[in-house]
Amino acid sequence: MSLYSSRRRTNALATTLCWTGTIFGLAWLVLILGALIYEGARGLTPAVFTEMTPPPGSSGGLLNAIAGSLVMTVIGVLLGTPLGMLAGTFMAEYGRYSKLATVVRFINDILLSAPSIVIGLFVYTVVVARVGHFSGIAGALALAVLVVPVVVRTTEDMLLLVPSPLREAAAALGLPRSHMLMRVAYRAAKSGIVTGVLLAVARVSGETAPLLFTSLNNQFWSTDLNAPVSSLPVVIFQFALSPYKDWQQLAWTGALLVTVAVLLLSITARALSSQGTQK
Amino acid sequence: MTAMPVVEASIPTKVSVRDLDFYYGSSKALKSISLPLYTNKVTAFIGPSGCGKSTLLRILNRMYDLYPRQRAEGEVLLDGENILDPSIDLNLLRSRVGMVFQKPTPFPMSIYDNIAFGIRLYEKLSRSELDGRVEAALRGAALWDEVRDKLNSSGLGLSGGQQQRLCIARTVAIQPEVILFDEPCSALDPISTAKIEELIDELSERYTIAIVTHNMQQAARVSDYTAFMYLGDLVEFGETNNLFTAPQNKKTQDYITGRFG
Repeated sequence: MSLYSSRRRTNALATTLCWTGTIFGLAWLVLILGALIYEGARGLTPAVFTEMTPPPGSSGGLLNAIAGSLVMTVIGVLLGTPLGMLAGTFMAEYGRYSKLATVVRFINDILLSAPSIVIGLFVYTVVVARVGHFSGIAGALALAVLVVPVVVRTTEDMLLLVPSPLREAAAALGLPRSHMLMRVAYRAAKSGIVTGVLLAVARVSGETAPLLFTSLNNQFWSTDLNAPVSSLPVVIFQFALSPYKDWQQLAWTGALLVTVAVLLLSITARALSSQGTQK
Repeated sequence: MTAMPVVEASIPTKVSVRDLDFYYGSSKALKSISLPLYTNKVTAFIGPSGCGKSTLLRILNRMYDLYPRQRAEGEVLLDGENILDPSIDLNLLRSRVGMVFQKPTPFPMSIYDNIAFGIRLYEKLSRSELDGRVEAALRGAALWDEVRDKLNSSGLGLSGGQQQRLCIARTVAIQPEVILFDEPCSALDPISTAKIEELIDELSERYTIAIVTHNMQQAARVSDYTAFMYLGDLVEFGETNNLFTAPQNKKTQDYITGRFG
């Protein structure tokens, strides 16, 4: 009987600890989100979406930063996704049993967890220092380097999840491997791969460090990708550290915009992947 | 060289397996197997788990080629041509030797496309010709009446038994010469099983069929010839009726009477 009651005590203790851990973790998240919404929403005016970043003391918005972020993210994803998908496909299909795939997987995992500031410095050395000036292209390249490992990983994982009987069934019809991939495996893995790309977008859209060394910032409207381009994370970084109240307010609002965008992307990704699993 | 078991010299042989050894890495899974598959007959491979019957089946369309470190030695003649020859066109071979798997494997596309997909690979047909071929394949697999109104819905939405018949239709649609069944009913209920067995019987009028099964009643019901395998050896091959009523080998007798396995 004492054995039973001691088990009950252990169980109660473990349950309490789990709850405490969960609440501790969630509390910070709620606090952060709460502060962000409270501070950010106050500055959420139409001007944020229609005016350029202002000099201190005058009114303005975040339009050039929003546009710059969008453009660089889109280019980064367009560059990184095909490359990542091809590499992931190689690892899951053609090179599944080869040593090379193991090596690539290992290196990709390192890249996946590499601090993004290192990526920024890398692109700075390779592009910015050679060309002689900061540019939107360099920023997009840095983001692309961040996108690649995420897409490689999800593409490989999702293709590996495609059951081998399905592969065999395709082969049994006499399908060449490329057909099997395009018509069967990608189809079966589609929602997973799309989810991976969305998560990559979510990841890079909040990155500041790689952009500090590459696209820098631009106070004005610029569509020239060969020149410095503004972006939300860098503007937030700069404005939040400034002593000016109106800049700080814009930084809060910008942070709220980035967070909401990432949240929406994550929710979409979630919805897509759950749609993919219930057939 | 072990002698090829000859049962019926008068029936033409579609596939003859001669002195076949198979290796998974360094372990030998088949030991000098020789047997015939007679034209337009059903041959069942039976035996306890691990006896090599599925391995043997997967050699007949070289499915093992998808995996590294698996190799076959010996000869498998399809209409006199050795399919183990490295120079053989695998895709062409697999279009001649179709396969139906243990678990239904519909492709993630519509019912219509599941069938049309394979046909398009080999033939350029007009839409109406293609429609006709799809219908014929579905009729051939006794599925047409159940799916005629929902050809454009996903193949994944069908029941297990319907999915398996869809896979049979898909295999039949590209007009193979031999069809391999790898425990096609082990994931199905008795009614679906009965339908598939009936289908195999009908298909044997036009195709040479090999079937792996764990179910001895099923082997007795659907096959004309049976091969009993044990630990990588072919123990006995013969006409199904003879093998089940008067087995020559003690091991065969023990297995079919349920004394082991």
